[in-house]
Amino acid sequence: MISPRRIGAILKKELIQLRRDSMTLRMVIMIPLIQLLLFGYAINTNLREVPAALVDQSRTGLSRALVQMVEATQVVTFTHTFATPEEAERAIAASDVRAALILPHDLARRVSQSRDPAGPGKRETKRPVGQWIVDGSDTMVAAAIRGLRGMPLAELVQQPANAQVPTFEVALFYNPEQRSEVNIVPGLVGIILTMTMIMFTSAAIVRETERGNMEMLINTPVKPLELMIGKIIPFLVIGLVQVAIVLGLGNLLFNVPINGGMGTLLAVTLLFIGASLSLGLVLSTIAKNQLQAMQMTMFVILPSILLSGFMFPFDGMPKPAQYIAELFPATHFMSMIRGVVLRDATLVEMAGGALWLSGFTVVGLAVATFRFNKRLD
Amino acid sequence: MSDAVVETHGLTRDFGDKRAVNNVDLRIDPGMIYGFLGPNGCGKTTLMRMLTGLLTPTEGTARVLGTDLPGNAEGLKRQIGYMTQTFSHYRDLTVWENLDFAASVYGYPRKQKKSRIEELLTRYELEGQVNQLSGSMSGGQRQKMALAAAVLHNPRLLFLDEPTSAVDPESRRVFWEALFDLVDDGTSIIVTTHFMDEAERCHRIAILEYGIKRLDGAPPDLMAGLKAQVVQVEGNNLREAKRLLDATPDILSAAQIGARLRVMVRPEIADPEGLVRKAANLGASGMVTGTRANLEDVFVSATTGEAT
Repeated sequence: MISPRRIGAILKKELIQLRRDSMTLRMVIMIPLIQLLLFGYAINTNLREVPAALVDQSRTGLSRALVQMVEATQVVTFTHTFATPEEAERAIAASDVRAALILPHDLARRVSQSRDPAGPGKRETKRPVGQWIVDGSDTMVAAAIRGLRGMPLAELVQQPANAQVPTFEVALFYNPEQRSEVNIVPGLVGIILTMTMIMFTSAAIVRETERGNMEMLINTPVKPLELMIGKIIPFLVIGLVQVAIVLGLGNLLFNVPINGGMGTLLAVTLLFIGASLSLGLVLSTIAKNQLQAMQMTMFVILPSILLSGFMFPFDGMPKPAQYIAELFPATHFMSMIRGVVLRDATLVEMAGGALWLSGFTVVGLAVATFRFNKRLD
Repeated sequence: MSDAVVETHGLTRDFGDKRAVNNVDLRIDPGMIYGFLGPNGCGKTTLMRMLTGLLTPTEGTARVLGTDLPGNAEGLKRQIGYMTQTFSHYRDLTVWENLDFAASVYGYPRKQKKSRIEELLTRYELEGQVNQLSGSMSGGQRQKMALAAAVLHNPRLLFLDEPTSAVDPESRRVFWEALFDLVDDGTSIIVTTHFMDEAERCHRIAILEYGIKRLDGAPPDLMAGLKAQVVQVEGNNLREAKRLLDATPDILSAAQIGARLRVMVRPEIADPEGLVRKAANLGASGMVTGTRANLEDVFVSATTGEAT
């Protein structure tokens, strides 16, 4: 029989220890606070003001106007000017600039060609008006410059602006202004919970062993499951406090909306905290000391951050990687928390993820309980 | 129906290739302090851990308080108290918090919990340390707190693993007084030690070496039954005398204690004093006197056997 009294005793003991461990308490608050501020401001997937070089071989009013139009897009800033393309290439190699725009001698003719509608009987074929040389190693930079390929020249050639009609119209739901924070902040909840929850619990059991308390503990009538539950509850509360900090401040500072219901949000978060804690406990029963526990935590945290869809879109990953990523609770939580916060998704709509997290928690707790041996052999 | 608190048959435990406890038969009657005496690494702690169910025996069986081991250890936990060799309570909890934790996990009745803890604090003179973190107390105070925690739930059988190896002699004396009070209240106690004076306080002891039980019995009986004659040697040049004695076949052992040599001679030798005087080449200045065997002599004679 599981005794609430013994769970209460473990819980009380954990709370007293936590209260006396001021460093841990501070970390609990500071980790979400600092990381929210840092990542909220720093991470921006809309690339702006890439340093670029300009090689203007035409040196006309037209070329200067074109350069101004390019700068007006805010995608690049021209920081260097060179006379020849070779110099620009060297500057890219030296990493002084990430791209270079080369405007040829015959810029004016190319521009005027572009104005005439192409048709049969025309002798000259249309040619691009200039060329970008790009350091393509960073795909994000390359994609940003590529976005300039089809830049309309209407203004330059005094054409009516509506002469060019886009092929598709795009309606952006949930984040119409395309602010990165809207995607980053809910994702950050997943990252911070993964970090703190797994880290704290992975040390929880092994710390009893390291401090020499385990021999006393296993001589008492405490049952493994009681120990696990008693150790999990304080962190469940801590996890909720962290979520409140991240989403609350995210709303206040970065204007990230919380569209979903609070009940759904609480349910999804508790499911994920439970899964993370039970994973931490399993690690804690495997690790022989706290350093090993920390290493195992890192082993889990990195894929949780990189494969979960926090940084890179989940759908872009190859299928096998998606299967691996789906093993991690963070991956499911990432899509669920974004679903609740941004899209007002209901628990029923996210039943798959919710089931996975519940199953993960139960299995994890069972494995940790099973692995925790009340003997020394 | 046996009323022994502990009874073992052929209890054996291996760690890999090493046999830590080898075929130990024990019978421990209630209402006494029973000591496991032996050097470090002789298997005392392993034997004790098997009796508390912490370790599974490789071979053999044990019956502790009527519970058969291996298996069934969980039910036993409530009836035994265990004090580990190194302090194993929470150093970042106060004395009260530690005892409160112990009381709760042992399911001590809630209403009587407070008065029971207060009673123990008074008995073990810890009233002044109630709100002190246990990690900041002296070794002697920590031992008393650990004892209080181990007996809080009124165990019938108390295991103490080298309880006083880290405390000063005065604390040790006080600690043993407390143990005799517990026995008086009906608790049976099993204690491991490598101190002769501590072993001498036990009602009965078992001498262990290389995991084998070499000898057991009450200390006075063991001393009386020693199969050797003990003589003391005083004089000059004792180191040289010891070397000479060690090389003599009929001398079992010779050990220097301060300004004297303590020498054990085979029991069949008719004139042990004469033999020692001659073998040690003492001359006129040396003094050889017969003396009574003590527990250390018993221990030495029991453990000079070969390793098995």
